[in-house]
Amino acid sequence: MIVLLRSLGILTLERLRGLGSATVMWVTALAGLPRRGDMALLGRQIYNIGVLSLVIIVLSAFSIGAVIALQFYTQLARFGAEDAVGLGLALVLLRELGPVVTALLFAGRAGSAITAEIGLMKSTEQLSSMEMMGVDPLHRIVAPRLWAGILCLPLLTAIFNVVAIYGGSVVAVQWLGSDSGGFWSGMQDTVEIWDDIGKGMIKTVVFAVVVTWIAVYQGYDTEPTAEGIGLATTRTVVTSSVAVLAIDFILTLGMYGDFN
Amino acid sequence: MRMRTIEISVGAFMLAGILAIVVLIVKVSGVTLSTGESVHLIKAEFNDVAGLRLRSKVSMAGVTIGRVAGIEVDPKYGRAIVDMEIDDAAWPLTVDTGARILTEGLLGARYIGLSPGADPETLGEGEFITETQGALVLENLIGDLVTRLGASN
Repeated sequence: MIVLLRSLGILTLERLRGLGSATVMWVTALAGLPRRGDMALLGRQIYNIGVLSLVIIVLSAFSIGAVIALQFYTQLARFGAEDAVGLGLALVLLRELGPVVTALLFAGRAGSAITAEIGLMKSTEQLSSMEMMGVDPLHRIVAPRLWAGILCLPLLTAIFNVVAIYGGSVVAVQWLGSDSGGFWSGMQDTVEIWDDIGKGMIKTVVFAVVVTWIAVYQGYDTEPTAEGIGLATTRTVVTSSVAVLAIDFILTLGMYGDFN
Repeated sequence: MRMRTIEISVGAFMLAGILAIVVLIVKVSGVTLSTGESVHLIKAEFNDVAGLRLRSKVSMAGVTIGRVAGIEVDPKYGRAIVDMEIDDAAWPLTVDTGARILTEGLLGARYIGLSPGADPETLGEGEFITETQGALVLENLIGDLVTRLGASN
């Protein structure tokens, strides 16, 4: 019994230690960046994290938009309400699917890469040699990746939404022959800047912070072995996916759940 | 050279992202950037505006000529006061213009339909439309029908 209690205590303390060091790392790194010479580092990471994620984001956005439009159309056509395809598509994408799917893809595409890269740097002792040379790895390695992630994910989400709505309009209007005026004006009448676009953007900023934080911390904290890097990369994808979905529920509850 | 392509693609990416946000705001949420085109404010009192929302459209003969700019309640008489912005193209309106709250399709969005009048006098800025008819609430209609059917038996 005592042994069980003790192991529970050890587990809790370890989790808390991990959380604590992750927070310390995050704050120091975020505070560390904005200096003039760092723009090149940041640009490099925006390229790695944002530009290279563009292909997967655009491709999945188009097919997701097309699929949603197809499903909405076939169901709504039974009630003669095909005009509601546009607004349904836009609301689903702006409020939920856009931020969440982009964050999940981002975790798989960019988060895993960040973890693997930093983990390899650690296991080949590049990080400790930097420290030895008096270069702060938090400032040089971690901070640019955090900032780039926080900057890129909202932009990727916006691109995702635009491409998906375009994909939906191709299917609903051009292919299935739904009325183009009804499609767009139904959307424009219903979508609110703050309630739909603004709140979606808040979600995506939160997801950006969470995903890049997890990715960087897992890389920084990895066991310096080949196996350790593999484990850390897996953990990044799993943890951030679960975190994104759970946080999304809480955010939605807070934003749209009317308890008044 | 390599650094240069990276910088260019990063620039293009940022531009694409910002453009996407602008497209979302303008095209998807349908905000019309005020391009200096002047709008005119008129008001109308309704007994019921159920389902009318901010930026719902105001139309005349099926053509959109403005939008709802504000909805308040007059607590003294329990009536709704709706502010409408009317585009320059449809201005001026006659004093006997009628305003009705209509529905697109059976269950669609609510909008205000204006019917033109014949009076030579025109409405001024911020004046009230007097001929109004509020929203038909489906539940009330069904309720009425049920009561009448009950009474006739």
